[in-house]
Amino acid sequence: MNTLFGEKKAEAKKIVFTSVEQYPEAPISLGTTLSNFTGDWRTFIPVVNEEKCVKCYICWKFCPEPAIYIKPDGYVAVDYDYCKGCGICANECPTNAITMEKEEK
Amino acid sequence: MEYKPIRKVVSGNYAAAYAVKHARVQVVAAYPITPQTSIIEKIAEFIANGEVENLQYVPVESEHSAMAATIGASATGARAFTATSAQGLALMHEMLHWASGARLPIVMVDVNRAMAPPWSVWDDQTDSLAQRDTGWMQFYAENNQEVYDGVLMAFKIAETVNVPAMVVESAFILSHTYDVVEMIPQELVDEFLPLRKPLYDLADFEREPFSVGALATPADYYEFRYKLAKAHEEAKEVIRKVGQEFGERFGRDYSQMIETYRTEDADFVFMGMGSLMGTVKQAVDLLREEGYKVGAAKVRWFRPFPKEELYELARNVDGIAVLDRNYSFGMEGILFTEAKGALYNTDAKPLMKNYIVGLGGRDFTVNDVRKIAENMKAIIEKGELDVEVEWYHLKR
Ligand code: SF4
Ligand code: SF4
Repeated sequence: MNTLFGEKKAEAKKIVFTSVEQYPEAPISLGTTLSNFTGDWRTFIPVVNEEKCVKCYICWKFCPEPAIYIKPDGYVAVDYDYCKGCGICANECPTNAITMEKEEK
Repeated sequence: MEYKPIRKVVSGNYAAAYAVKHARVQVVAAYPITPQTSIIEKIAEFIANGEVENLQYVPVESEHSAMAATIGASATGARAFTATSAQGLALMHEMLHWASGARLPIVMVDVNRAMAPPWSVWDDQTDSLAQRDTGWMQFYAENNQEVYDGVLMAFKIAETVNVPAMVVESAFILSHTYDVVEMIPQELVDEFLPLRKPLYDLADFEREPFSVGALATPADYYEFRYKLAKAHEEAKEVIRKVGQEFGERFGRDYSQMIETYRTEDADFVFMGMGSLMGTVKQAVDLLREEGYKVGAAKVRWFRPFPKEELYELARNVDGIAVLDRNYSFGMEGILFTEAKGALYNTDAKPLMKNYIVGLGGRDFTVNDVRKIAENMKAIIEKGELDVEVEWYHLKR
């Protein structure tokens, strides 16, 4: 798990725009919350069961943060630094491969 | 296909509903409010009768939710529409910023109605003009035909510059009054208004997920405001081009953002917006017969504001009577402020006087225009204003 998080973080960079032309037309995905670890807010934690996962990526699309990413083997993993534990992924997963479990702190 | 209009006798609200149908809108989320209700009732009827394909109607519990649902639909790439009026529009205010800030080309019809209290359901432009700074474009329709044409053009313009647009019509004077409207056969509307191509397609499952309406720190917020400001500037050219194309295809030209009527040799003009300008045009014809050299200038697009056209008009006349069916408390009529402000740094200095007329549906007639003409003529002869702002109908 930890090594995968390492990979994920190496990819994600804060975006710095130096001229107005570089900005997207609408305010989408600015990378401004990268340093804001929204995972601190969580009570329940999503846990992925790879035996049930069919790699449909509905969870990936629906996660509002987005805290779900796709691993090199094609299965999904949760970036717990950002996952706020809302449970949308578990609710949307068609095979119930994601369960919400009480997090021990 | 040769253009043969389909003539129907409809209310302003039904004209709006037919335009929504012909524009092949995909999502309508709305909450009923007098006098807007019959727009969404008619749309609901189209759906119930199976007259429209692929149109989802979302019943919501308030106008705030109506705009929120419309925003969600538009963000996925759908062509989305809603309609409201007065207090309902005021309740939407917060969401209006989300729509324009996220650059979603939603089209909304606002049926101009006076703000309460005192409770009123009649015509008054203060509701839509109070939304001046939300980043929405605003088109004011003079008659039912312009409501229909306005909605079709608004979609095309909004989807070109990715800025939402409001089409504004008068309570009851247009919304519930029946008139002949020339409608365009579906195939020709489809040619004029092809399917929307969204700026960022949320339903495109091939691309990475992305967040909409992201947080921007002081390092980035400013540039997004500039981009929206620039889109409004660019919209002026798009509006003129689409208006001209509409004229070439369907015979009604909307290339002027300020429609000028008999202004070429006019000494002074009446300027205003919406249905009252129909009365003014008729009065201009009568006054011309009586020897007054007058014209009418109907501001079609209030946002973006057509500064350039106003300048062209103002430098050729001695006076402008600005007729405001609206009021900004602590100041004056809203169009009056805008028009004066737009001309301040130019060499066009006509005498400008503000007449507050028709608030809350007070009748405004050809005879009223004549009285205003007499007053304007006297002012211009004297070369100075009597008062800057006149509450025209006041019982004295
Ligand atoms: S619980 Fe919510 S935030 Fe966490 S991964 Fe699932 S959808 Fe994303
Ligand atoms: S929604 Fe469920 S099945 Fe689909 S990728 Fe996510 S975990 Fe796997």
